[in-house]
Amino acid sequence: MSPKKNNIKDFFTALPKNVFSGFVVSLIALPLGLGLAMASDAPPIAGIIAAIVGGIVVAILGGSHVTIAGPGNGLVGVLLVAITTLGLDSAYAAVVCSGVLIMLLGFFRMGKLADFFPSSAIQGMLAAIGLIILGKQFHIMLAHKIKREDTLDYLIEIPYTLNDMIHYENKGLIYAALAGILSLTIMTFYAKLRNKFFQLIPAPMWIVILSIGFSYYFELVLHEENPISKQYMISGIPEIQQIIADIQMPLFSKVGTISFWSSVLAITLIASIESLLSIKAVDKLDPEKRRSNVNRDLKALGLATVGSGFLGGLNVVTVIARSSVNVNNGATNSSSNFAHATFLVLFIVLFSTQLTRIPLPALMAILVYTGYKLASPKIIRKIFSIGKEQLIIFFVTLLITLKIGLISGILSGVVTTFIIHIILNKSLSLFLRNVLKPNVLMYQEAEGDHNFYVSVKHFCSFLNYYKLKDKLDAIPEDHDVIVDFSLCSFVDHTVMENMHNYQELFKKRGGHFDVIGLDMHDTDSEHPFALRRLLPVPNIIKNNLTRRQTSMEELAADYDLHYNSEKQKEVDFLNSFLFFNTKHINHIYNQLSYKKGVINLFDIEFSEGEFIAKEVVRSTMLHIKLDEAIPEFTLDREGFLEKVYAFAGFKDIPIQDHSDFSRRFYLLGDNEDAIKKFFNDDLIHFFESNPYYHVESNGTSLLIFGKERLASVKEIKALFDFGKRLREVVSNI
Amino acid sequence: MSLKPFNTIGMGAAFSPNLKANLYEAARLSLFFNCKLVLIHIGESSEDKLKTLKVFLNAFKKDNLEYDVVFKPGDPVDAILSVTEEKNIDLLILGAVQRERFIKYYVGSIARKITRKARCSVLLLIKPSVERVRCQHIVVNGLKDPKTEQTIKAAFYVGKQLEAEKITIVEEIKQEQVTVKVDDDKSLRKANIMKERIRMRENLRIKEIIEHIPEKYTKDIAIKSQPIFGKQGYSIGHYAQISRADLLVMNAPSKMTFWDRLFPHDIEHILTELPTDVLMLQ
Repeated sequence: MSPKKNNIKDFFTALPKNVFSGFVVSLIALPLGLGLAMASDAPPIAGIIAAIVGGIVVAILGGSHVTIAGPGNGLVGVLLVAITTLGLDSAYAAVVCSGVLIMLLGFFRMGKLADFFPSSAIQGMLAAIGLIILGKQFHIMLAHKIKREDTLDYLIEIPYTLNDMIHYENKGLIYAALAGILSLTIMTFYAKLRNKFFQLIPAPMWIVILSIGFSYYFELVLHEENPISKQYMISGIPEIQQIIADIQMPLFSKVGTISFWSSVLAITLIASIESLLSIKAVDKLDPEKRRSNVNRDLKALGLATVGSGFLGGLNVVTVIARSSVNVNNGATNSSSNFAHATFLVLFIVLFSTQLTRIPLPALMAILVYTGYKLASPKIIRKIFSIGKEQLIIFFVTLLITLKIGLISGILSGVVTTFIIHIILNKSLSLFLRNVLKPNVLMYQEAEGDHNFYVSVKHFCSFLNYYKLKDKLDAIPEDHDVIVDFSLCSFVDHTVMENMHNYQELFKKRGGHFDVIGLDMHDTDSEHPFALRRLLPVPNIIKNNLTRRQTSMEELAADYDLHYNSEKQKEVDFLNSFLFFNTKHINHIYNQLSYKKGVINLFDIEFSEGEFIAKEVVRSTMLHIKLDEAIPEFTLDREGFLEKVYAFAGFKDIPIQDHSDFSRRFYLLGDNEDAIKKFFNDDLIHFFESNPYYHVESNGTSLLIFGKERLASVKEIKALFDFGKRLREVVSNI
Repeated sequence: MSLKPFNTIGMGAAFSPNLKANLYEAARLSLFFNCKLVLIHIGESSEDKLKTLKVFLNAFKKDNLEYDVVFKPGDPVDAILSVTEEKNIDLLILGAVQRERFIKYYVGSIARKITRKARCSVLLLIKPSVERVRCQHIVVNGLKDPKTEQTIKAAFYVGKQLEAEKITIVEEIKQEQVTVKVDDDKSLRKANIMKERIRMRENLRIKEIIEHIPEKYTKDIAIKSQPIFGKQGYSIGHYAQISRADLLVMNAPSKMTFWDRLFPHDIEHILTELPTDVLMLQ
């Protein structure tokens, strides 16, 4: 167990970093908040109010560390229904009531609620929400406002809107549609451009900046009116004084009606599921590997929702995209959530008039992209690869959600899953007889390494997964766990997916999580379902190599290296590097190894961020195993951005008598004395006289790479040579 | 001090395909424990039946097996229970039923009723066999209960007589004893410290019990104690199953009310899913 730390001092040293990342998050939260509120037919400011109240309340009272709270994507669908059926004022009352319910969930420790839903059903529901958002906003994005009763009609009419757009005569509409298309392009290609300066500002904020700049250009330079049609501009961003003056009590007159409570239930359900899923996902990204107090977070979110409802804001939930941006910008505690709220207040106070210069289609493009991400064909492909029956569950949930509503949708998903399980097992009694039995046994082995051993009996599916989860959550993540399913005649996809998540979590935090006893299931034809498919299976070997791969093969032959083009999922040795703390490594491939793996060069695919902020990066890296331990450090080229970071509290270690080196390089590490000692003249000369690379040490090995893209064969040779020589210099120290 | 928990072993003898195996098991146990065997048959006495039994038991004649056959017509549950009292039987052997298609065993309705009502110890056999299958690993409960000391002693006695290699004492600890709810890292740490403390305390308690047992019974056998946090009665069965125990020794249930059967706990879990042979000690 870690020793007690000086909390207050730590808090203040980390504060600048957190304020900085809160600032970056507020840049993405501003356009998203406006857009999400407008998509739910609420006044745009309602989304900002939710983000501000959520940021402040959850930062102070919540139980998680690096999450961001604000208006959520998933809620757009339900809030839209609530506002259209109840009217805006009563909808606020529904928001308040759902806040109370969420708070109660927290008090009754119902954080496990989300575990009772099969994961394919949740996927289907999220995809339906994505389609609702996409369907409705797509038309506005192309400056073609329509109003339909049914959500499906919006989707069906997309081709008509496309057709109409080509035949626009009105200049105002053409410009509006162009703004939408341009914004969508920015959202789509943002992740592809790996430029530090460009990436400093999140894509949604680029859209805001560009559109405001565009409007000023017409006003100040051309002295013309903004060519975008008036009806496609954001309207009704009130001044701060007006917001305060406008606060009024939500209308509780419809409390007695059924439609009111069904709205409340739907909002509560989606808000809690979205928050719980996000918290779980963000915990995996937390660089300090802490565990969030889910129930406390629910209480805080509930309270924030109540407050936001009274102030005229939307529901407050934990949001994954903004949280992942937060983590990627170096947030370490909840003060960044607070900072994000504070910056939003500043934006509203200072720039509320500027915000009316944003064209609606640009804002809606952000939402269309969000909706697309929720319902992207990739998700369907992934579900199909798990099993055809999962696809049935997915589509049943999706269609019923679109056609009838969210609650019926998710319930139908649950029922379909259960029926499919019964059919697959050809037995209802397996479930009925055993569902209430305490089927999970966990104990810490009394001898040996004190491993935790977990054995599961009968069946393990979404119905009783919470029992298994309860036990697993009581294990510190840096221990070794063995989960044995050999007494279990059926394990469903939801459980397998969660096991996979645990595996990743334990791997990141230095423990081991092994799942055993599923080999028998493979041979048994009764339950082939998802089991074989989900456990990591080596990918089918590609027969034909690309040109780059053949050159790498030749290179290997020339330099006496070993070449392996297959994808490898075993990347434990990389997880301890600081660089991968907030990133998720998918796999490494095209591996060149020298001297039985002392020096390894490989292409790597990793991702950072989640959801709409997700970026998949491929790069070429070099890994060197060292004979002796050295201090942990990170070395990179000093640049403008590092100066910004330094301002935000990242400390550069100066090396005496080598001002040139200190000026050109940016050196980071915890143990300053050891690092200063380690960087002797030879090593500094070596770095000064060679090309720049990012060099990182985890104590026992080095990680070296150049750019965040794949290297050419020539660059590979240079990188390899650099690594070899560096290893010699280091081993001489 | 010498342990001898059993003097008379009783067995219900029904003329089923399993009869030979059941008789062989019972006879072997009687010899191991140095006991008299009482065979109880529900029905009228007849020469044929006696003869069949005699043929089977002839195999044990050379070992001087002392046995007695009682015929008693009537309701099987009442009949067996009354004979148990009359003949002072202190260990009753019952066979379990295998659920079709599954490798799962459970106690049939008659045997279950007897188990609940019997005043003596009960041994439930899941797969009796004619050939002897050696009992290697015995799992015994170490609940905090006045009966436990006696149960553990008896388990050591059985282990000694059957030449078992290993005895595991499982201390089932109710989850509620860990008062900390795990929410975040801090509470997780607290909960783990608390569990560790309970574990140490339990191990100490068990160690004390073992120290009270004559060394003769403890010296040739590997002893292990395993604390488990989980549902009482159920987790020990689960543990016996995964640790491939040959015999599970438990305290007999104290009292059974209607509610106990409606909301199965402790022994009822074991009866619906026999993990292995089970010996319930009165």
